[in-house]
Amino acid sequence: MKARVIVTLKNGVLDPQGKAIEGALGGLGFNDIDSVRQGKVFDVEVAGTDKDAAKAELEQMCEKLLANTVIENYAIEIA
Amino acid sequence: MKTAVIVFPGSNRDRDMFHALELITGARPQSVWHTESTLPDVDLVVVPGGFSYGDYLRSGAIAARSPILKDLVAKADSGVSVLGVCNGFQILTEAGLLPGALMRNAGLNFVCKEVLMETVNNATRFSSKFEKGQVWRCPVAHHDGNYFADAETLKQIEDNGQVIFRYANGTNPNGSINDIAGIMNSKGNVLGMMPHPENLVESLNGGLDGRILFESLVEQAA
Repeated sequence: MKARVIVTLKNGVLDPQGKAIEGALGGLGFNDIDSVRQGKVFDVEVAGTDKDAAKAELEQMCEKLLANTVIENYAIEIA
Repeated sequence: MKTAVIVFPGSNRDRDMFHALELITGARPQSVWHTESTLPDVDLVVVPGGFSYGDYLRSGAIAARSPILKDLVAKADSGVSVLGVCNGFQILTEAGLLPGALMRNAGLNFVCKEVLMETVNNATRFSSKFEKGQVWRCPVAHHDGNYFADAETLKQIEDNGQVIFRYANGTNPNGSINDIAGIMNSKGNVLGMMPHPENLVESLNGGLDGRILFESLVEQAA
């Protein structure tokens, strides 16, 4: 089973890297941008076929390691 | 004062810390590899600077899940002094021993320079030999030192006097909130700081300002 974990910065947390990317895109002529926030994507191959069990396990992975919940949110997608 | 330094793959300020601790305490610190399960019986455990695990995932994130951390948390709970410097500070926040998080420097650049620190709380075991409000010199060398905590946590640590050191006189090198350079836990036995006091402990370093922190600990442990 293929799962995708998306980790993003919480609202209100300053993202200097996103800001720099935003500036660089503006410099390339992409002027219709309100803002850019940078995040991370993890593609995880999960053994087994039980989607609910996999989701529960992935949540634990996010809470314990993949995300720092002080500053980041996470979302889990299972194909 | 008996001390130990935890070493991770990618630690690179551990030797500086050994040297400073030996110089100031007169005894060689014990080195503890991250895969060990118990720390020796000491007064101070230091988590040194460096780039544990190459800063993969988030600075300090992987090291904070090392086997030795379980005993570090237990030792911290029992009141042993714990000092995390630079990557050590990042590891302590990732491990939940300190509130908040260290994010990418606001200016995006790695900063390696000297800053000024103000000791805003000298009623702690880490700062008792400073004057309150004392401004002192300290080197920094980091990419992810931008301290962040949500508004509620920030109010809590400010109200509790958990902020011990702030960057002074406009020398904040990383955009950290409230100019925070070093914070302790609510119990007062765990300190994390981005600057490197171990790098300003003898005249060869060009100053002795960093000694005051270690001398405070020595005095408390005596």
